[in-house]
Amino acid sequence: MLIRSSPRLRQETNREPRTGRNPLSQYLFVLIVIACAVVVFFGARAIGNDYVFFAGYTVLQYVVLATAWNILGGYTGYVNFGSAAFFAMGAYATVFFHKLFPLPIPVLIVIGAIVSGLVGFGMGYLTLRLRGAFFAIATLALAVVLQTFVVNWDYVGGSRGAYIIRPSENVLTGPYIQYLFLLMLALVVLGLVCARGIERSQLGCGFAAIRDDELAAEACGVPTLRLKLIATTVSGALMGMAGAPFPYYIGYLQPSSAFGLEYAVNSIAMPMIGGTTSWVGPLIGAILLGSLQQIATVTISSAVNLLIVGLLLVGFVIIAPNGIVGLVQDRLRGKDK
Amino acid sequence: MPLLEVAGLSKRFGGFVALEGIDLTVTEGERVGLIGPNGSGKSTLVNCICGTLANEAGTVRFDGQTIDGLLTHERTHRGMARSFQLPRPFLTLTVADNLRVPLLYTVNPRRAHSLRPDEIDERCAELLRLVGLFDKAAASPRDLTQVDMRKLELARAMAAEPKLLIADEAMAGLSQSEVDDIVALLIRLNERGITIVLIEHIMRAVMRFSQRLVVLVSGKKIADGPPADVVCDAEVERAYIGQ
Repeated sequence: MLIRSSPRLRQETNREPRTGRNPLSQYLFVLIVIACAVVVFFGARAIGNDYVFFAGYTVLQYVVLATAWNILGGYTGYVNFGSAAFFAMGAYATVFFHKLFPLPIPVLIVIGAIVSGLVGFGMGYLTLRLRGAFFAIATLALAVVLQTFVVNWDYVGGSRGAYIIRPSENVLTGPYIQYLFLLMLALVVLGLVCARGIERSQLGCGFAAIRDDELAAEACGVPTLRLKLIATTVSGALMGMAGAPFPYYIGYLQPSSAFGLEYAVNSIAMPMIGGTTSWVGPLIGAILLGSLQQIATVTISSAVNLLIVGLLLVGFVIIAPNGIVGLVQDRLRGKDK
Repeated sequence: MPLLEVAGLSKRFGGFVALEGIDLTVTEGERVGLIGPNGSGKSTLVNCICGTLANEAGTVRFDGQTIDGLLTHERTHRGMARSFQLPRPFLTLTVADNLRVPLLYTVNPRRAHSLRPDEIDERCAELLRLVGLFDKAAASPRDLTQVDMRKLELARAMAAEPKLLIADEAMAGLSQSEVDDIVALLIRLNERGITIVLIEHIMRAVMRFSQRLVVLVSGKKIADGPPADVVCDAEVERAYIGQ
């Protein structure tokens, strides 16, 4: 017997659609995010100070990294400590092509995505039979291996590093930094749309099942290995995209800055602080923490950055283990009752 | 026609022989009870049949095909479902969304046309009605009682539209009336055409449920037949009560 009228169930499930039942809302979401990005860009231009773009670029870069990390770490529950490696692979792909055959940055971003996506796929294939802390250690090891590889690769500068001379102007935006900012803004849009799309699709449902109980997910027919490979690849590709314009931003790239600890730590801490179960969490966490770090760099010292992250992370783990999003959800639920 | 055929199945963990040469045939539409003292290999057998563990020797045939070497989700796609001894719900999903996972990943790929979102909702509602969890559709599995958790476990296994359901101790730790509840539910599922293998310790439930009873002791099958005969079997008595 089929129950035709299930208003209650439908009402409840509509609140959190997981099967993409409303494709229109995704288009609407894309438009809203693009509109926000446009507002951010012209808002920053209105301030009329290039420093805003320099600082803003870093924050946006962290939004992409945090969102990318969350696709693997938040949705499927696999903690990746090697974010810096994926970021650096994107950056070094750019350095490589800069020397070999100069290409426009949007093309380099696509190349960065392919390189880091492949690294993600390979890492996934080799390590996803590991769980929990063992997986985290394996990703950390991957970062060390790749850094050693880059340090010993003379063509991209080895341990000396590589210079990339940034053009001062760009036809589209004027100052070059505004162009880089715009590109990173586009990546933020892409990352958020991607994360939200996954979250509400069948894929998101499968990821959540893997996160909660892998054995039970497999028994429900979820091809867990294939899904995890999709997660590592998409997550890695997004990180590579974030890294691709980086050499142009920094001007001088050396292994220790591309593989910096702050990328690995921040891309874990930001989703944790924001909340890992939805796309909003990494966004909030990255904006909050990223801005705070930029302010601290200017007012106190750049060395305080990681201290701030550490303290906030400890605080949040104790007070709000589900991040800011979890905190708000609990409040709302409390009011319902 | 046999739905499940296990032939000469053996499994060892290091030097410990967990299962030795198990033969088991389950016909379509049957209700089979599987009993045995603790540590007799019941769960290991289930894990070997479902693909969670790999058996060293012997073959498992399901629905006329050999399924050795297939992964668990591939076996689920072919129509095998299991519930776990300790309920393993997806804790961050709602009760209704728990059922959505097998609907999306097992039922949909089998069909020519995927279920529409409203059809999926309907299926969820129907299953929740069937097990009596409809009022808790939007609740978190964390808030469920032990018996409701068991029902969710069965509903989720059912959502995959299995031909064969293996219920691993679906009633452990429940009160008498709750056990009756679950037995009634399982019989109702069987009447819908699902073959069921029930692994259980609670003899009252097993006797009421089973059409055939299989007994495992120390990794060997020592009895297989009508329940009334099996419980009178001297070897079974010896294993359970001692000499």
